[in-house]
Amino acid sequence: MQSLKSVNWGRLSLNAYAAAVLVFLMIPSLLIIPISLGSEPFIQFPPRSLSLRWYLELISDPAWVESFIFSLKIAVATTVTATIVGTLAALALVRGRLKFASALQVLTLAPLVVPHIVIAVALYLVFAPIGLTGSFLGFLIAHSMLSVPYVVITVTSALQKLDPSLEFAALSCGASRPKAFFLVVLPNIAPGVAAGAIFAFLASFDEATVSFFISGIEGKTITRKLFEDIDYNLTPVIASVSSVILMISVLLMLFVERMRGSKSQD
Amino acid sequence: MSSSAVSKEASSGGALPNALALTLLLPLVLLLAGAFITPILVLLAESFFAPQFTLEHYVKGLTQPLYLGVLMRTIRTACVVTAMCFILGYPVALVMSRQKGRRVIYLAACVLIPLWTSVLVRSYAWIVLLQRKGIVNNALTELGFIGEPLKLLYTDAAVMLAMTHVLLPYMILPIYSALIAISPDLDKAARNLGAGPVSSFFRVVFPNSLPGVYAGTIIVFILALGFYVTPALVGGPQSMTIATLIAQQTTELLNWPFAGALAGILLAATLGLVSVFGRFLRIGKGA
Repeated sequence: MQSLKSVNWGRLSLNAYAAAVLVFLMIPSLLIIPISLGSEPFIQFPPRSLSLRWYLELISDPAWVESFIFSLKIAVATTVTATIVGTLAALALVRGRLKFASALQVLTLAPLVVPHIVIAVALYLVFAPIGLTGSFLGFLIAHSMLSVPYVVITVTSALQKLDPSLEFAALSCGASRPKAFFLVVLPNIAPGVAAGAIFAFLASFDEATVSFFISGIEGKTITRKLFEDIDYNLTPVIASVSSVILMISVLLMLFVERMRGSKSQD
Repeated sequence: MSSSAVSKEASSGGALPNALALTLLLPLVLLLAGAFITPILVLLAESFFAPQFTLEHYVKGLTQPLYLGVLMRTIRTACVVTAMCFILGYPVALVMSRQKGRRVIYLAACVLIPLWTSVLVRSYAWIVLLQRKGIVNNALTELGFIGEPLKLLYTDAAVMLAMTHVLLPYMILPIYSALIAISPDLDKAARNLGAGPVSSFFRVVFPNSLPGVYAGTIIVFILALGFYVTPALVGGPQSMTIATLIAQQTTELLNWPFAGALAGILLAATLGLVSVFGRFLRIGKGA
C-alpha cells in the first residue's frame, strides 16, 4: 500500500514537471498573439483593449508587404526547385547502385549540420561581387541548397518503404521508366514528396541567418526586415508580423501531420 | 526482343542503370558544389591566402585573450544550454513515451509547434518577456518582489535561456524516439524480478535510451555552437559568441581573412564533433 502511494507521488511529480516544461515551451510563442491584438502604441501585456490596429498598420506599410511578397515568391520557387532536385536525387540514391551513394547522402545532409553563419558569410562573399545579393536568383540558389536536404530525407524514407517490385512489375509490363515513375512510384511516395515540399517551403520562408546576409538594400526577405526591426524599432507591428508567420508555420505543420496521420491509417 | 528487355530488368532487380542514376543526381551535385562547397572553400581560402599563405589569422583567433574569451564563452554557453535541454527535455520525452492515443498528439504538438515557429519570432518573444519594462519585470514589480526593474535582457543568462527554449525540441524528439523503441516488456520483466520503478528506470530504461540522449546532445550542442540569431538579438556586447563575432568582422570591420579563420575554427569544431559522434545523428525536423 505504502509503495503504491509512493509510486503515485513519483508519477505525479514527473507529470507535473513535464507539464511545466511544456508550458515553458508554448508560452513565449502564444504570448505574441494577444500582444499583436493590443491597441496601445507600445507593447502591453495583457492588452487593455483589443484591436486590429497593428495588422492594419502592417498591411498598409509597403515595406512589410513588399518583403512579405518577396519572401513568398522565393519560398514558392525554392519549394519547386528543391522538390524536383531532391526527389530525383533520392530516386538515384535509393534505386541506383552507385558505390559513392552513402558518401553523397552524407554530403547532402551537410547543409543541415554546418552552422548557418558560416554558410551565410561564405555565400555573401561569392554573391556580392557578381551582384547576386538581394536578387531573386541569389535567394533561390541559396534557399534551394538549404532546403534540399529535407526533401531528400523525406523522399528517401518514402521510397525505402515502397516495395521495388511494384515498379519492377510496371517495367515488366512494358512501361517506360518515366511512365512507371509517374504512374506507379510517384502516387505511392506522394505523401513523402508533399511533406518534403512543405518542409522546403518553411525552411526557405523562415530562414533568417543566410537571408540576413544575402539581402540587399532592395530585395529584403520578411525575416531580414523582421530582424532589423526587432533590433532597432521594437513596435507592436512586429508582434502582428510574428503572429502571421507563426500561423503560416503552424497551419503547414498541421497539414503535414494530418497527411502522415491519414497515411498511417491506410 | 521484349523478353530480353524484361530479363535485363529482372537481372538488375529494377535498379536504375548507373548512367541514369548519375543524371538524376546531377542537379543536386551542381547545387551543392555551387552554393555550398565552393563558397565555403572561397571563404577558407581567404583565411589562409590573403594575400599569401599565412596562419596569422588562426593564431590570432586562438591565442589573443579577447577572441579566446569569445570562444570560451561560446563553448560554455553551448555546454550550459545542452545540459539545460537535457534536464528539461528528458522527463518530457519520458512522459510522452508513456502516453497513448490522442494525448500523444497533444503533447507532440506542444513540442512541434515551437520547433516550427520562426527563431526570430521566439527571440522576439523573449525580448518582450525580459526587457526593462517587460512582462517579467512588470509582474515582479507589481507583486512587490522588486522595487527597481532588473536588467534581464542583453545578458549571458538571457542568451542561455532563449537558446534553451529554441533548442529544447531538438533534445526531446530523439530521446522520445529512443524511448518508444524500447520494448515495454523489458520494464515489466525488471519489475517482475523485483525492481522498483526507480531502479527499473535507471538500470533498464535509461541505459537503453542513451543513443537518443547522445543524438539530442550532439544536435543541440552543434546548433548552440553556431547559433547566430538568438545571441545577436537577445545578447549584448558583453555576451558575444563566435557567430556574432564572425558577423561583426564581416559586416562592420570587413575583415574577411579573420572572419574566414573564425568560420574555419567553427567549421572544424562542428565537423570534428559530427565525425566523432556522427553515428548517433539522425538529422531532420521531419525524420
